[in-house]
Amino acid sequence: MTRAIVVDHAVKQFTLRHTWSIKEYVVWNLTGRGGELKESFLALDDVSLTVRQGESVGLLGRNGSGKSTLLKLISGVLRPDRGQVGVRGRVAGLIEVGAGFHPDLTGRENIYLNGSILGMTERDIDARLDEIIAFSEIEGRFIDSEVKFYSSGMFLRLAFSVAAHSHPDVFLIDEILAVGDEPFQRKCLERIAELRTAGQTLVIVTHDLNLVSRVADRGIVLASGRTVFDGHIDGAVARLRGEG
Amino acid sequence: MKRPTSLEPGLVIPGRSHGLLDVPRWRFLLSLLVKKELRVRYRGSALGLLWSYVKPGVQLIVFYIAMGKFLGLERGIPNFVIYLFSGMVIVNFFGEVFGNTTKSIVVNADLVKKIYLPRELFPVASVWVAFIHLVPQLVVLIVAALVSGWRPGLLNIAAIVGALVLTVVFALGLGLMFGAFNVLFRDAENFVELILMMAAWVSPVLYTWAHVATVIPDSLDWVYKLYPITAAVELNHVGFWIPTAAVAERYPQGTGPLIDSLPMWAGAALVLSVLWLVVGQTVFSRLESRFAQEL
Repeated sequence: MTRAIVVDHAVKQFTLRHTWSIKEYVVWNLTGRGGELKESFLALDDVSLTVRQGESVGLLGRNGSGKSTLLKLISGVLRPDRGQVGVRGRVAGLIEVGAGFHPDLTGRENIYLNGSILGMTERDIDARLDEIIAFSEIEGRFIDSEVKFYSSGMFLRLAFSVAAHSHPDVFLIDEILAVGDEPFQRKCLERIAELRTAGQTLVIVTHDLNLVSRVADRGIVLASGRTVFDGHIDGAVARLRGEG
Repeated sequence: MKRPTSLEPGLVIPGRSHGLLDVPRWRFLLSLLVKKELRVRYRGSALGLLWSYVKPGVQLIVFYIAMGKFLGLERGIPNFVIYLFSGMVIVNFFGEVFGNTTKSIVVNADLVKKIYLPRELFPVASVWVAFIHLVPQLVVLIVAALVSGWRPGLLNIAAIVGALVLTVVFALGLGLMFGAFNVLFRDAENFVELILMMAAWVSPVLYTWAHVATVIPDSLDWVYKLYPITAAVELNHVGFWIPTAAVAERYPQGTGPLIDSLPMWAGAALVLSVLWLVVGQTVFSRLESRFAQEL
């Protein structure tokens, strides 16, 4: 068994600061530290899990249960306060649609920018450019115009298409399954299913329970920063519905 | 990369980087980030990059007339406008690198928060953008110097390159440090503006080292000479101003009113800047793990 992702007793605590200026900080110190400048809460409380290569895992839970934090620990955007996280190979995916897009660049330029942000080489992108454009269903005359002129649907389709062709070793998807119109959504699902069949390791965060049971084999349910269920996806969905 | 004991080989800790050393691997993305930055800066501008030539060109002509002729500074410092502009180019470049690198993490907050990339990419991209903006100023300076009978030797060219390297290393070191601070406290940007204002007036741009030497006590000479921007400005004087006709005539030997034994001081300033870069990178790496949650 080759492990693709290991999360070992990960703890992540967030500090909410109420100030961003040194002045306020100094004043707060001088005035006898009245009131709290900081507040903290545990986003992840001793979470452990292992994802095998080729596994497709759905991360489920209510809002604020720590799903996105866990995803960010896996992608390396955040680091755990305690415990450790390990991944095999390149981790990329759709954390938030269009984070790497710039409105003043053309569709084609954005494909290169976003592709390389997701860790693709120039040659990778050259080779898959036509495929990416075709999948996004963006017409030829639009691909060389600036993205700010795109409809929101076109924008989302392009972003999904780039990510779906980035071939990372671990593919993370955060809440983007509801991309575009009905036919395109179906296409996205087909693409994810295809990746899954091809042995792609997938971690999917979503609230759409119907959808996740179609693309994931295994479900992990988080509640208040702890793992409360880890097993077959149907069990996870049932568990969440039972609570809901 | 340190691997915790319980992780088998092949597993790596996400989000750990080797700092600036990781940047070369990402050079394609770096070039795209630079292009993006330039595109954004010149959007909606019909003349685009041409503006970068017009502004310093007009500036140089105004300085020539107002300071050189009206104020009569030309009488004390031959080819004053070349002297002034070769120093100003360095100070502007320093300001642009330092200012942009300081803001680079906050400006790219969207990416920093969502996708892991070596965060040093953003400051380094700012350095390249500053370089591209430096080119028009250098072109204007070269044209003006040629008009003033500029005949550089190899050593003069080496001095110019040295001035730029010194400025980048020092400014990037500062920028990494303040860029990281800026994530935690946005006040850092204001500090930087203050520092830049001082940097512009403290270094021998409007006056010469000879003026400074008569005022500050001898025991403090070294502080002024060791300041990397002083050394960079003086190196640029050696590059552009010294080998112009009127200056060569006035000071046939030596470096005139410039700092004596400049190579030694420049070398010392470079060592200091490299150390500073290491410090900046260390601070940056320390704070980096908090970027995504603080932005």
